[in-house]
Amino acid sequence: MRNFEVTFIVDPVLSNDEIKETAQTYVKNITEKGGNIVFVNEMGLRQLAYNIAKRSSGIYYCIEFQLEDPSYIAEMELALTRDERVLRYLTVQLDKFGVKYNDDKRKGLIGKRKKPSADAPPTADAQEAKADEVTSVE
Amino acid sequence: MANKDDIKFLSNPKIGQNRKKYCRFRRFGIKHIDYKDADFLLQFINEQGKILPRRITGNSLKYQRKVASAIKRARQLALLPYVADLLK
Repeated sequence: MRNFEVTFIVDPVLSNDEIKETAQTYVKNITEKGGNIVFVNEMGLRQLAYNIAKRSSGIYYCIEFQLEDPSYIAEMELALTRDERVLRYLTVQLDKFGVKYNDDKRKGLIGKRKKPSADAPPTADAQEAKADEVTSVE
Repeated sequence: MANKDDIKFLSNPKIGQNRKKYCRFRRFGIKHIDYKDADFLLQFINEQGKILPRRITGNSLKYQRKVASAIKRARQLALLPYVADLLK
């Protein structure tokens, strides 16, 4: 069983139903191929850092899944390329740290930072310290 | 005439004692760098959107490579720009 994560950007011009349907198609296809959906993260409408296909914003979706047979990935990517509703996609294989990170994030253990050993106030401090350092270094 | 107490403040007392840089990933035990977290990755790029060198960020080689690949993935997904001006 390998863990994968596919993130894609859906065209914002489409209606809400069409957008949901686009994400659903891929979720369905993965399950049909014997995949196990771990989580579907709807990241929502975001401004793009640069224009893609004359669009300046897009709806981000991230599907985390497990798959026994990775040959389906190529097939899925081909479908995503051909799909005109999808502006861009990126498939990544997750290692054990990635799986743990996503798991912790869903549980809310990671506010901004990894490692839940320290509680919220110390992590905030640490973050400030880091920010300080970066600015001072620059 | 300036006495000794005045002279003390003529130069920045912090000059010369440079703080030791460290790898934040090693120190805080961060094992995975998420390419979707653009705000976090923003700390490792300069105003033009270029990846900062290890010399400046203090990352260890292992994590600098991971940061670099996370930034490149974020760029593909238009979460970070390839080229920018006044990013920060």
